[in-house]
Amino acid sequence: MSSTDTAVDERIKETSKLRKALIRPELGAIVGVIAVFAFFIVFAGDSGMFNAQGFLNWSTVSAQFVIIAVGACMLMIAGEFDLSVGSMIGFAGMSIALISVTLGWPIWVAILLTFVLCLAIGALNGLIVVRTGLPSFIVTLAFLFILRGFTIFFPQLIERRTIIGGISDVAEGDWLAPVFGGKIGGWFFDWLASMDMIDVFTRGTREGQPIVNGIPMLIIWALGLMIVAHVVLTRTQFGNWIFASGGDAQAARYVGVPVNRVKILMFMFTAFCGCVFATCQVMEFGSAGADRGLLKEFEAIIAVVIGGALLTGGYGSVIGAALGALIFGVVQQGLFFAGVESSLFRVFLGVILLFAVILNTYIRRIITGEH
Amino acid sequence: MKSVIKKTVVSAVAATAMFGANAAIAEGESYVMISHAPDSDSWWNTIKNGLALAGEQMDVSVEYRNPPTGDLADMARIIEQAAASGPDGIITTLADPDVLSGPIRNAVDSGIDVIIINSGSPDQARDIGALMYVGQPEYDAGFAAGQRAAGDGVSSFLCVNHYIAQPASTERCQGFADGLGVELGNQMIDSGQDPSEIQNRVMAYLNSNPDTDAVLTLGPTSADPTIMALDQMGLAGDIYFGTFDLGGDIVEAIRDGVIQWGIDQQPFLQAYLPVIVLTNYHRFGVLPGNNINSGPGFVTADALDLVAELAGEYR
Repeated sequence: MSSTDTAVDERIKETSKLRKALIRPELGAIVGVIAVFAFFIVFAGDSGMFNAQGFLNWSTVSAQFVIIAVGACMLMIAGEFDLSVGSMIGFAGMSIALISVTLGWPIWVAILLTFVLCLAIGALNGLIVVRTGLPSFIVTLAFLFILRGFTIFFPQLIERRTIIGGISDVAEGDWLAPVFGGKIGGWFFDWLASMDMIDVFTRGTREGQPIVNGIPMLIIWALGLMIVAHVVLTRTQFGNWIFASGGDAQAARYVGVPVNRVKILMFMFTAFCGCVFATCQVMEFGSAGADRGLLKEFEAIIAVVIGGALLTGGYGSVIGAALGALIFGVVQQGLFFAGVESSLFRVFLGVILLFAVILNTYIRRIITGEH
Repeated sequence: MKSVIKKTVVSAVAATAMFGANAAIAEGESYVMISHAPDSDSWWNTIKNGLALAGEQMDVSVEYRNPPTGDLADMARIIEQAAASGPDGIITTLADPDVLSGPIRNAVDSGIDVIIINSGSPDQARDIGALMYVGQPEYDAGFAAGQRAAGDGVSSFLCVNHYIAQPASTERCQGFADGLGVELGNQMIDSGQDPSEIQNRVMAYLNSNPDTDAVLTLGPTSADPTIMALDQMGLAGDIYFGTFDLGGDIVEAIRDGVIQWGIDQQPFLQAYLPVIVLTNYHRFGVLPGNNINSGPGFVTADALDLVAELAGEYR
């Protein structure tokens, strides 16, 4: 809305441009990112946290959080929760392993089938929530147990163990596997190493090669998902439908928003994100384990809340959620770099969560004018 | 304004916590130990104590790290992180070679000496380029226990598995079954980690399979609730009961005759010895020529006093 070609409307309160630029859902997360980096530059600046290896370490961990936080954020804005994300990660990884290693099918078939399976489970989650009117908290809590149970049961039944390895071997030469588990930009790191700007291996068969040899596809997926979700949410009609469905579902129905469809699609998107997470992990590490993804659903929700989204739906930002995930990842790995006793990690997490929520509440009140 | 408050408080809390942790840091070499254990697993306390004691005695700085939920993929990130922070040595478990061998090999190749402890095997440790392996081979320990039980007339058993997601746990049960010379079949249950759930599942299994000869638990987490379950069912002291690992309640039960034996893999040594070995290697270039087996050792009612005194702390 430009104010140049319309007459000034005396009913609209004037706000300064600076204030408009500053007061956004992401503000709390932006402040948090700055604070967290300042903190670790002071306390862990010389610990290797900001060399190439350290940088890659915390950005990979953050990217993992971003992938699931983006899904959780969209769903939360649409007014629902998904507590089954963590179990979905374990389940999807195990599905890929069982189809490719045990059944011996090509890895691309395993990946595609697993995506179909995950999307179907996401849709089922959504359908049950929409049809029964039960809180998504309960429905997805049920799937948290159901999926985790199957993830332990099937490999135990078929292979008599709970970690299935050997995926790297079957993924050799596959066309789809590198999309999730590959690395790109290796030439750039070779060049950096040749300029003596990053460390190289000092012994073994890879002596002289750079320690960091590319950007994992995990990070590319995180950036891609974030950008797509942000554009959909803020630039499209469908994005408005998501906000409307979460803000006031009944009012949205009255104005013709297909609320049920939006919610089911968002459950499917969350499942998709969980599946991307699992596929990247399985392709990188070459094995699937029954304990993968434990408690990841809460980590996703925490990142989203740090990012300024409202637990009750209808309000939030994908960029905020991604920044929340960045804070989460940097703090988690940074505490190790700073040499903090690792059992204190949860204390920090709780403190950060609490302060982020308090800060975000004040920012939201300024934006929406509620008291 | 709020942000200023936020920043100040966060850094104040962080600073307080850090000074606490930094107190242990001494001059000299720095070593990082990484385990696969979730925060809730109390067994690793002995490891932490052994590590701290070795650090103190050798005047080196030691740190202990673990993935909070026990997720091995998170553990891989912690190994990468540890390598990036450039310590002199890394002491780590090898719970799943597929996941962990990449990060460990990267650490080895970037000039950090690695010792594998606890999980894994001597062969895997050698393949990965580690200096040595310190631990108790899980399958062999289970097999030895099975043979011992077979000698005592056991022919069927219940394996209470509280960490079924780890392959090492299944190997223990499988080894025991093979040592007995029976099929594992349905004799292993996934008990979960919650004490009252474990207790109920053990009672349910023994009620529906009344002719079970023996119970095998895989650590204090499953042993303590199992002791309670047997007490309630009136089977304590009647049914043959063996367990992996030691803890306060287990030692008490061995004394009372409820548990016949506990397999001590002596975790203290798994944490203590690698620090000693690494420090001497880095200071004087000397290295023992073989892997070190910290267990299995069977703890029975004889000579229990020293174990009882130090259980949960150093034993």
